[in-house]
Amino acid sequence: MRGFGITSVILAAATVAASPATLAQDTSFAQLERGRYGVITGNCQACHTARGEEPFAGARPMETPFGVIYTPNITFERETGLGQWTREDFWQAMHNGRSRDGSQLYPAFPYPHFTRMPREEVDAIYDYLSTLPQVKKEKPENDLPFPLNIRLAVKGWNMLFFDPGPFEPDPGKSEAWNRGAYLVHGPGHCAGCHSEKNLLGADKESGDLRGGRLEHWSAPNIRGGENGGLADWSHEDIVEFLQTGRNRHSAAFSSMAEVIAYSTQHMCEKDLQAIALYLKSLDDEPRDQPDAPDEAVMTAGQSIYADNCSACHTSDGSGVPRFFAPLAGSGKVRNPDATTVIRVILEGARSVPTNARPTPLSMPAFGWKLDDSQIAAVATYIRNSWDNASGAISAGDVEALRQQLAE
Amino acid sequence: MPRKLPETDVVLVGFGWTAAILAQELTQAGLRVLALERGGWRDTPTHFPPTVAPDELRFYWRKEMFQDNARETLTFRNNTGQMALPMRRWGSFLPGEGVGGAGVHWNGQTYRFLPSDFEAASHNVKRYGPLADGLTVQDYGVTYDELEPHFDRFEKLCGIGGVAGNLNGDIQASGNRFEGWRSSNYPNPPMEMTFAQHRFAEAAQALGHRPYPAPSANMSRPYVNPLGVQLGPCSYCGFCEKYGCGNYSKASPQTTILPVLMQHPNFTLKTHNEVLHITRDSTGRRATGVVHVDLEGETYEQPAQIVILCAYQLHNTRLMMLSGIGEIYDPRTGEGLLGKNYCYQVVSSVDVFYEDKFTNQFAGAGALGMMIDEFNGDNFDHAGLGFIGGGYIACWTTNARPIETHRTPEGTPEWGSAWKKAVAENFLKSTSISTHGASMAHAANHLDLDPTYKDVHGRPLMRMTYDFTANDRAMTAHLTEQARRIGERMGGREIRVKPRQGPYDSMPYQTTHNTGGTIMGSNPANSVVNRYLQSWEVPNLFVMGAGVFPQNAGYNPTGTVAALTYWAAEAIKTRYLRDPGPLVRI
Repeated sequence: MRGFGITSVILAAATVAASPATLAQDTSFAQLERGRYGVITGNCQACHTARGEEPFAGARPMETPFGVIYTPNITFERETGLGQWTREDFWQAMHNGRSRDGSQLYPAFPYPHFTRMPREEVDAIYDYLSTLPQVKKEKPENDLPFPLNIRLAVKGWNMLFFDPGPFEPDPGKSEAWNRGAYLVHGPGHCAGCHSEKNLLGADKESGDLRGGRLEHWSAPNIRGGENGGLADWSHEDIVEFLQTGRNRHSAAFSSMAEVIAYSTQHMCEKDLQAIALYLKSLDDEPRDQPDAPDEAVMTAGQSIYADNCSACHTSDGSGVPRFFAPLAGSGKVRNPDATTVIRVILEGARSVPTNARPTPLSMPAFGWKLDDSQIAAVATYIRNSWDNASGAISAGDVEALRQQLAE
Repeated sequence: MPRKLPETDVVLVGFGWTAAILAQELTQAGLRVLALERGGWRDTPTHFPPTVAPDELRFYWRKEMFQDNARETLTFRNNTGQMALPMRRWGSFLPGEGVGGAGVHWNGQTYRFLPSDFEAASHNVKRYGPLADGLTVQDYGVTYDELEPHFDRFEKLCGIGGVAGNLNGDIQASGNRFEGWRSSNYPNPPMEMTFAQHRFAEAAQALGHRPYPAPSANMSRPYVNPLGVQLGPCSYCGFCEKYGCGNYSKASPQTTILPVLMQHPNFTLKTHNEVLHITRDSTGRRATGVVHVDLEGETYEQPAQIVILCAYQLHNTRLMMLSGIGEIYDPRTGEGLLGKNYCYQVVSSVDVFYEDKFTNQFAGAGALGMMIDEFNGDNFDHAGLGFIGGGYIACWTTNARPIETHRTPEGTPEWGSAWKKAVAENFLKSTSISTHGASMAHAANHLDLDPTYKDVHGRPLMRMTYDFTANDRAMTAHLTEQARRIGERMGGREIRVKPRQGPYDSMPYQTTHNTGGTIMGSNPANSVVNRYLQSWEVPNLFVMGAGVFPQNAGYNPTGTVAALTYWAAEAIKTRYLRDPGPLVRI
């Protein structure tokens, strides 16, 4: 027994000595801190952690319109993680979307955004990841239909949509603006959710941030200039939202909750200021004015609202800022794509608990309590009351989303 | 043979208000804390969101909020001449079960006991001479002045709304002039009052009283507490007592502490694990941990350096008895301390009916009320009255749940069409004045183990022997008369006086303010725990909760229970950890 123990120790030592993981790592404090911060800006932990399991060990299912993709283990465990990856391997993945064996990675891994990160930043992330506790965890097989299960198909995708290369600062803009643009379009990969995708899952117009849809959520338009989705948000509102998960307009839940929990609340305020500065510089086209909804639907919606919603959101839709989201003026409520607003009524939602605001204030589900036409009526009411004018929702819209969510 | 688990620094038995406070305090002090709760996990969005919270049938009538008394209950009798029978359905009081305990289904009426309440024996003896025969009233061993900072912490934790009556000794006109000094005002303003409170205040004022807004743990505005936890503004739905609040508007462990506490890596909570007894070493002077059982019947031995009982008063007392720590009180000899000085409270009411005024009592909150303190504690001269102690008189607007609340005028039949008509006519046009008085400790009232009935684990049930005493009856008659005088001046068509008469009845709901059984005091001859709530007999065992009250006071107990918990936590952190052993040496 004792002999066996000694042998294993020797074996383990030999393994470590021969491991490529020991190649060329810079483990100075400054380098690891840079890498740790890089991991925060890229929100790596959210996707590379299965719910309730070891951080960075992957195996989280990512639902894409094309099928389910599981995230890989990015701890440096030798068999199932990045233990055998060199810095160059890692750079190729981050910069070109190529795996260690040369195969193409699916763009659910946001390399079209990470490609904007400079080599030194990517190396620092590599060095930092190498210091995390190693977890042995196999990645489940992706569940993708033919021909998407052939990684070669991604090659064609790349030819059409992928524009590799680090971020190029705009010399006409301030340093802060450029930092903001870099964070938004590079590591932050905001467009991943907040830009519309084409039929092949690429951002329609590279990173326009005019809102998108992912995993049955509609992510709002986050352009902050004139006519933008965040036109009513001040610079400070954006910073507060990213820092605490709440501001006077809104509270974060679902995917954005993860972004704030793992990423933005840990970012330094200067970077959040830079993001705010950049977003506030993005103007947008005026929106089309949708037709006013049917009076009878609005009347029904108002009654349903009074009985079910007004206790928290208040009768004038002003809510209780930072506690219960205001609906008047809400970007989520006014989003032309009503997926999120219908879904929140169906399933409820939970405000992200953050260090600054630890309370997971939640809205209950109404899917069991209200039928499709009632939900359509109340959604129509909140989308077209106070100063909101965002068009009607039909019972069919609600029914369709119910079915999609049930699948 | 129980399976032995790894040791922890502190084990908390039960997970309601006192355990949540201690867990937060002691994890912050660096200790590894484990809480064992026999009920399940409960949180606002999962268990009582606004879509289901006001389900009167489910939560109150079918008792979903309360301890499962098919597994364990207690037996009750009025006196030792009777055979005690099990309470198979909760009535007079409603112990909680599950995370948050009764702190989930309380009303939110949050007081500081009066300074004289803590010195009930010496104060009354000094002013009125020897106590009446049979009264076993004694001092707490801790003073109001010592507890003041701890009251203050709890009020800020909960976001209590109210008006100060005594700010550092300066009497404030619109607050309660009888209250002990407070180092700061309430963190929130009082609740919005309704028609009934205004009428009550006018009538009380006309009689020379000074009405003041009741201190409320229902939020009068959005509040962020010192831990950063958020409570939403109350929507005045009136589903407080007997219900969980769906709107995050009532202070509870869930809405004030748990979002922060549950993040601490040195805190562990095990639900559905019931503690069976406390284990001790061979000397009997040191607790070694607890034995607990899970839902599958698997038993575990949990070693711990410190054991703290944080369950409801009845359970803490029984757990001490089942663990054989201390001698059980015997009313025939007066020997023994465990189970001694069980106390309750004595409530009565006066209903007021209006002809053409709407009270709209469906819009209310658990602690929405105006009250007077002129007849509480020793705020008035008791000479010649034949009792000590007192209580408050308040006009609350809450509890107008349709199945539960149907006030009818004097002479209305109990059922049938005339009853229905009276309910319909009066539901929106009535209100009620409550009196809420102290029960004073008496040698005949006590808790012990039942010789006949057993719980689901085969252990004896607790037996309660309790009746109102001569002191209680004189007190409640006096308070009810004062309430009648106010009621008559509230401008209604008629009033209906509902005095508390006859023997104590364990079925109609009165209050969940059971006290005593593990009383505190100045020395091991008069108390189970010392002034720091530490067992005299087993110094690494502490007992929280209202069981330590030597006798009850006129107010609701939660504020004082919490202040005593913070007080004990401070003693543990600053003194016990440095020098584990008795904190009071005689």
